[in-house]
Amino acid sequence: MEKPFRRRDLLGIRGLSAAEIKGILDTAENFCEISTREVKKVPALRGKTVINLFFEASTRTRTSFELAAKRLSADAVNISVSSSSVTKGETLLDTAMNLDAMAPDCIVVRHSSAGVPHQLAKVSKAAIVNAGDGANEHPTQALLDAMTIREHKKTIAGLSVAIVGDILHSRVARSNIHLLTKLGANVRVAGPRTLVPDDFQYLVDHDLQVCPHIEDAIVGADVVMILRIQRERQDAAYFPSLREYAIHYGLTNERLDLAKKDAIVLHPGPMNRGIEISSDVADSSRSLILDQVKYGVAVRMAVLYLATGGSTIS
Amino acid sequence: MRILIANGHLIDPAAQENTGMSVLIEDGKVSAWLRPNEAAPEGCETFDASGLLVAPGFIDLHVHLREPGQEHKETIASGCAAAVAGGWTSVCPMPNTNPVNDNAAITRYMIEQAERAGLANVFPIGAITKSIDGTELAEMGEMKAAGAVAVSDDGRPVPNAGIMRRAMQYARDFDLPVIDHCEDKSLSSGGVMHEGRTSLLLGLKGMPALAEDIDVVRDIILAKETGAHLHIAHVSTKGAIEAVRRAKAEGINVTCEVTPHHFTLTDKAVEGYDTNTKMAPPLRSQEHLEAILEGIKDGTIDAIATDHAPHHADEKALEYDQAPFGIIGLETAIGLAFNQLVHTGIVDLVRLVELCSTNPAKIFKLAGRGTLAPGSIADVTIIDPDVKWTYHNADSRSKSRNSPYDGWEFSGAAVATVIGGKVVFRK
Repeated sequence: MEKPFRRRDLLGIRGLSAAEIKGILDTAENFCEISTREVKKVPALRGKTVINLFFEASTRTRTSFELAAKRLSADAVNISVSSSSVTKGETLLDTAMNLDAMAPDCIVVRHSSAGVPHQLAKVSKAAIVNAGDGANEHPTQALLDAMTIREHKKTIAGLSVAIVGDILHSRVARSNIHLLTKLGANVRVAGPRTLVPDDFQYLVDHDLQVCPHIEDAIVGADVVMILRIQRERQDAAYFPSLREYAIHYGLTNERLDLAKKDAIVLHPGPMNRGIEISSDVADSSRSLILDQVKYGVAVRMAVLYLATGGSTIS
Repeated sequence: MRILIANGHLIDPAAQENTGMSVLIEDGKVSAWLRPNEAAPEGCETFDASGLLVAPGFIDLHVHLREPGQEHKETIASGCAAAVAGGWTSVCPMPNTNPVNDNAAITRYMIEQAERAGLANVFPIGAITKSIDGTELAEMGEMKAAGAVAVSDDGRPVPNAGIMRRAMQYARDFDLPVIDHCEDKSLSSGGVMHEGRTSLLLGLKGMPALAEDIDVVRDIILAKETGAHLHIAHVSTKGAIEAVRRAKAEGINVTCEVTPHHFTLTDKAVEGYDTNTKMAPPLRSQEHLEAILEGIKDGTIDAIATDHAPHHADEKALEYDQAPFGIIGLETAIGLAFNQLVHTGIVDLVRLVELCSTNPAKIFKLAGRGTLAPGSIADVTIIDPDVKWTYHNADSRSKSRNSPYDGWEFSGAAVATVIGGKVVFRK
């Protein structure tokens, strides 16, 4: 059986082939059912140890990884390091080597600096799973988004997907752009030009359209993916105010009407209601935000299972 | 004491010499040139340079020796050991030490430490402003009297054009070149690599090329108006090179240097997040690298300088965006120049010597150096242009190991370094 990713590490979507991505999604679909059982646990990872090493605050992703590990019977340890290694006085690599010496099978790492999982993978014996690194990648988010899209649209190839918002600083956007283009979707990105530089059109080898206005991206879309906007970008002069952002780039019902009738809306959370997405849209039946969270557990079960030596299930 | 560097191929562009010639050294100075195989004078030590290139000592216009203040990274002695092992006979340390070299006492201290080490010559660069904070001028005249050869605020370029203008006006009267690390930090702050496709792909904050271009253009306008000698440190962008080319054509007194890393690596090297690919200015994209090679070829670029910037391993073993900027470079520069410039035909050996010795000596007005004409100081770099060797960080003479070239193979190296008539290094 084909290994879904050649390396045991999952550092990003960028290094995966379409077949590897599909292998992970297929495996995740098989794990979905476990979370609906009376006893939500299988012994697949009994005796394995997973360390969730979070250098950046996270509720959803950390809980999701922890539940995924536990539902597969792995022993999961959560470590939240509020400060960076610089202020803590220990280098990043020393922290990693110390944890690695305790012989975990997998280290799930989130960090505000891009590239930390790649740096750890070079020195660690445990498999490294990227749970979000700076503005680089958030591969499990893209996988759960893809799973959500597949559940509703059957296939990803040929779909038109609009990604709207702060693409520049978004690891979710990068992982999704890689994944969706690899699987054959037509991806369009839009947002203030300060946050969606023209150079994005050259990001991947596939076509990627940078649209001047949010409407251009949404017209005829099958999927509309909205990114969280952060106030600190306003302070750094990327846009004038959240108010103006909401008026010109917020997803409202009127704008969503430009998409296909059966278009679905995704948001990685946490949402700023009334800013990048109106509450009407967020609470509508077209919004699949809670489905995303649900599939997140299955995707992370698949990733942990495969990273620690399991084979693809299809 | 007499020594004959016998039967080598002498390349001395300042003396317009490029031929087989032996060089006789007496009491630290070149006393005569002898025809190949001409008998050595009585009681003369002989260095057999058959099959080797004999060049005036290489001068590195841009290094960081970290002393005083950061001796865990490098000392003047360890930096000079790395210099001579890399073929450099003279090095010019930047003033960003702790305390800053913004006064004659520090300048003298650096020179004395170099004399104690007894390896490379050290010609310190003084600060433009006190504490390199960009506000009050440092005592340039006093530093020059103590031995400083130029002034620069190094990696904290003077942001205020009014102060830079006065610095140039003032430095001109003391015949001191004003060196600028051109970077408009209002455009580059927070950036950790070149801004472009690769920075977008890696999710790292970019430093746009135009941050360098804008500052270079500003400085050229100031140099034109003040008549000062402007030397631009480590040019790395197409725009900067074009601006220097235009300025030179206009007769403005501007010179510039390039580092070996900027003519060998691009921002693609940052993939993998090795912090030894992080420096300022950052590794640029291919189009900039090509513009650099063109500038080296057509003479726009005057000198090769390493920007040798040691950092302790612990300081580099950090997240990419938190690691300090800079790499060491003294021991790999000649190898990189041979691989990328000489063996590819971009420059010939005469031009290589110009870039590493003749021009640096002219730019900092180092009398008696940059040539081996009789009467000049006997600083000599002896090179085997074809010797194959591999660079290993573990073998570096520097106290630091932050080079991206670990394991690189080279052909061409300095095999002996002579300073003031004394052989201080032999490979």
